Amino acid sequence: MSIAVRNVRKTFGSFTALDNVSLDIPQGKLVALLGPSGSGKTTLLRIIAGLESADSGEVQFDGRDISDRTARERRVGFVFQHYALFRHMTVLENIAFGLRVRPRRLRPSRAEIAARVGQLLDLIQLRNQAGRYPAQLSGGQRQRVALARALAVEPSVLLLDEPFGALDAKVRQELRRWLRELHDEVGVTSVFVTHDQDEALEVADQIAVMNAGKIEQVGTPDEVYHNPASSFVYNFLGNVNLFHGRVDNGTARIDREATGHLLFVRPHALEIGRQPVGPNSLRARTTHINAAGPVVKIEALTEWGARVHVEIPQDRFAALGLRKDEEVFITPRDLAIFTDERVS
Amino acid sequence: MVNALPASAAPAVTESAFVKRLLIGTSVLFLGAFLLVPLGCVFAAAFGQGVAAYAASFHDPDTLSAIRLTLLAAIIAVPCNVVFGVAAAWAIGKFEFFGKSFLIALIDLPFSISPVVAGLTYVLLFGSQGWFGGWLSAHNVQIIFAVPGIVLATIFVTFPFVARELLPTIASQGNDEEEAALTLGANGWQTFLKVTLPNMKWALLYGVILCNARAMGEFGAVSVVSGHIRGLTNTMPLQIEVLYNDYQFVPAFAVASLLALLALATLVVKSVVEWRAAAIEGPLP
Repeated sequence: MSIAVRNVRKTFGSFTALDNVSLDIPQGKLVALLGPSGSGKTTLLRIIAGLESADSGEVQFDGRDISDRTARERRVGFVFQHYALFRHMTVLENIAFGLRVRPRRLRPSRAEIAARVGQLLDLIQLRNQAGRYPAQLSGGQRQRVALARALAVEPSVLLLDEPFGALDAKVRQELRRWLRELHDEVGVTSVFVTHDQDEALEVADQIAVMNAGKIEQVGTPDEVYHNPASSFVYNFLGNVNLFHGRVDNGTARIDREATGHLLFVRPHALEIGRQPVGPNSLRARTTHINAAGPVVKIEALTEWGARVHVEIPQDRFAALGLRKDEEVFITPRDLAIFTDERVS
Repeated sequence: MVNALPASAAPAVTESAFVKRLLIGTSVLFLGAFLLVPLGCVFAAAFGQGVAAYAASFHDPDTLSAIRLTLLAAIIAVPCNVVFGVAAAWAIGKFEFFGKSFLIALIDLPFSISPVVAGLTYVLLFGSQGWFGGWLSAHNVQIIFAVPGIVLATIFVTFPFVARELLPTIASQGNDEEEAALTLGANGWQTFLKVTLPNMKWALLYGVILCNARAMGEFGAVSVVSGHIRGLTNTMPLQIEVLYNDYQFVPAFAVASLLALLALATLVVKSVVEWRAAAIEGPLP
């Protein structure tokens, strides 16, 4: 099922959570709503689910306006950030809940319910935990149960609110991949909310980047990362160094006195060396070096006291033999230029 | 979650053994002097002339009628307050509305008001000289000095117990599970029966126990509206007073021992409920 959001507005008192938002989510895709907290991403998800109602605008499923339907009638699967498992029910009862509460004429037989729950337990690899209560499970297991519970009713769309937000880094990694595989297997149109750009970039087919109640850009992970539509998107998707600058004959120049343009450079797009190699080479002094990890992270201060983050490969670092508190020249290989109005 | 310290770790706050003993000793002494000794006296006096005299106390028809009336009042008052308590706690815990803090203060009113005053307000409303007195006597309905007045007074004084117990539980659990049930296709009634009610069951049970104990033990408010008609409008606490004033010490303390047993049973059930709830869902808030 495809989802379309048309001109949705939502305010809470004087706070505008969603400001005329429109978004298309194609059938079968896994889409991430990415943004900082307060950007309206969870509100948008809850409006799609019918847990919150929009002040104006509409939500369409397969082109039909469903704004008037309740959450119950929309047949969406919703996975909550803090799982929202029924604490007094076992894993099995949790997963079976959606099937057992159906009106009698639509309810599958006991055997059918048992078979369906068994299938889902295999899918989330928790068959031997079926009799346990949520309090007896780990965070990752609880989230998998929550997912199975949502999938049990064969929802037309699956909505996930910060599904891995409450988990630790390692479990998060595993579940991310698992969600991607699960989506490829089940193929249900899915939307998940996250504030973690790595998660969105790794898992999603499409990313909608949100800021202050608006959608800044929609695109594939590749598009939003390499061709950000705004300085906000550039800034939000990964670490970035920011310089004031000007544009001379089509070439960007770093110039701390200039106004009107902002130059963005990713840490890995900075070259570091002992000699200047062009007009954009900045004299700087290294202040901190972190060589643990796949790349070496170097922090340096420019002559005018701006902090610059540089990432270089381990072999380049070894060849340079860099130390802390040394004079270096930093040169951007690749930078993005934005006019200086959207960044304070 | 708070992690328990390992047994071997030194506690962060260390008091000298003397202070520790002093504090424990004071508490035990105080509880003993003001609770255990009087409670023991009740049983001692009740059995003072032997088990036969004790048992004979319960052959008095007036006493039996008092026990029946107390049970009747509790059987009506407790369910009324369960319905009210669940509704009020749900409204307060799950919704934001104008006048919410006023409603919370109102629920607490029976805690802060003297039961005698509560009883008197009913007399002023429904007594023969009261606001509705004329209309009621014209329609041959008697509330004051009759069973309905006793039930009303009991409901009034036990008003806050269930709501007060449920409020923190409902507020701390949030709406997530109800929303989950809704998206899974449950209707409002199914959500209430299968999700909301089971989640509040321990707090509810706890509230019912306290509510029941108070309903059976209430003296002041009931005393004002009852009229003390033996065999008709005396509840157990009132019957105890009547017997005592008649110098019938053994029967008076025998009935009192029943109320004391009720208190002990309440304590036991309360402990079991707390222990069960903690074992399954973590400590009660």
